[in-house]
Amino acid sequence: MIRESDNSRSDAVAFETSSVDRLIASDRAGRSGVSGIRPALEEIWQLLEEVADPEVPVVSVVDLGIVRDLAWADEQLVVKVTPTYSGCPATEFIEQAIEEALHAAGIADVRLEQQLFPAWTTDWITDAGREKLRAFGIAPPVGSASKRTLLGEEPEVACPQCGSHDTSRVSEFGSTACKALYRCNSCLEPFDYFKCI
Amino acid sequence: MNQNQALFEYLLRLGDSDMVLAQRLCELVGKAPALEEEMAIGNVALDLIGQARSWLEYAAELEDAGRSADDLAFTRDERAYRNLLLVEQDNGNFADTMARQFLFDLWHYHLLSALSQSSDERIVAIAAKGLKEVTYHLRRSGNWIKRLGDGTEESHAKMQEAIDEIWTYAGEMFIADEVDSLLADAGIAPDLNALQQKWQSDLTTTLEEATLACPPMDAFMQTGSKQGMHTEQLGYLLAEMQFLPRSFPGASW
Repeated sequence: MIRESDNSRSDAVAFETSSVDRLIASDRAGRSGVSGIRPALEEIWQLLEEVADPEVPVVSVVDLGIVRDLAWADEQLVVKVTPTYSGCPATEFIEQAIEEALHAAGIADVRLEQQLFPAWTTDWITDAGREKLRAFGIAPPVGSASKRTLLGEEPEVACPQCGSHDTSRVSEFGSTACKALYRCNSCLEPFDYFKCI
Repeated sequence: MNQNQALFEYLLRLGDSDMVLAQRLCELVGKAPALEEEMAIGNVALDLIGQARSWLEYAAELEDAGRSADDLAFTRDERAYRNLLLVEQDNGNFADTMARQFLFDLWHYHLLSALSQSSDERIVAIAAKGLKEVTYHLRRSGNWIKRLGDGTEESHAKMQEAIDEIWTYAGEMFIADEVDSLLADAGIAPDLNALQQKWQSDLTTTLEEATLACPPMDAFMQTGSKQGMHTEQLGYLLAEMQFLPRSFPGASW
């Protein structure tokens, strides 16, 4: 349950799982300077848009705002990621998926860094991500993650199926840490609401 | 005691309280009164485990003695644990569980709000992250206090009894020792008197709304967790939590 320190962990994982791949690939880059080993950051962002969230597979880690930043440090790609919830059990899985996708694309030297601050909020979910959530049947977070939203009354959540605003909350917590359970009073469909945090 | 030693102690207190409460809550998984409550309790526990991990990782790095966060969690004995007495208390009935949760959430909320302004950057990052989760916890447990307190005659009586029963463990949260004073002076941790005032003011408002009586703050309060003197309950909890890593050291998935 409890992991090694965040700072050292990602390095350790990268070394264990891919030291062979990395040596081979970085040798090649060093000798021939083949382009594609160090693609433009824009291309890498596009690549990561294909990495799906394990629990809500219609949205990518980019849509959710889990990937904070990409930067090249010489031949090493530094990926800053942020957990959604402190205890989200998918965090390590997501980090692994990101690393694998980057290795598969030929980027040999990848370092993942966890960045807690500023804390992730649902405001980080992109517009595209919100639209994908809705199309999948999960109501996207309503409004902004202010203290008022968190402490105040229930937001008006529209049904992702029929669009009705006549909905009621069944449970403040749902199938994953990030969701609450709602029901539409118009079409009677139950649905997940990606809660605002 | 130097500042680093004080900070290590303080991080253990934060991490241990989160973890012990999470372990208690997890006892209800599979037997909560309703499925929705089970999900809620499980989710709250998960958030707390995540926060405990962040605090204990920081503690382990600071100690720099070759112990990992896992080692801190699974190989320390009861007397080395620094969690609040409040969180190790048994779940009891649902009112007891919610009374304990509410008193904790309200303290946790104001504590993390204050720690979000700490002079220590890493504490700020962990606290600001946790605060979002804890705000949600507080809303839920506060709602239960009101719903049960201002509910039927029976739910009111049980809720009042639960608050009265757990009350003796609430005072400890605001009794400062050398660690608290040292860190408060350094701007790392908040002043506990200020924290208590906020806690008490919110508590009074919620209990009034819930038509419940607030027990007196000057009642006799149990203390000791900051020195590792715990109630009987903690030993049993740790025995269950630590059984596997102690029986099979180094076991992995």
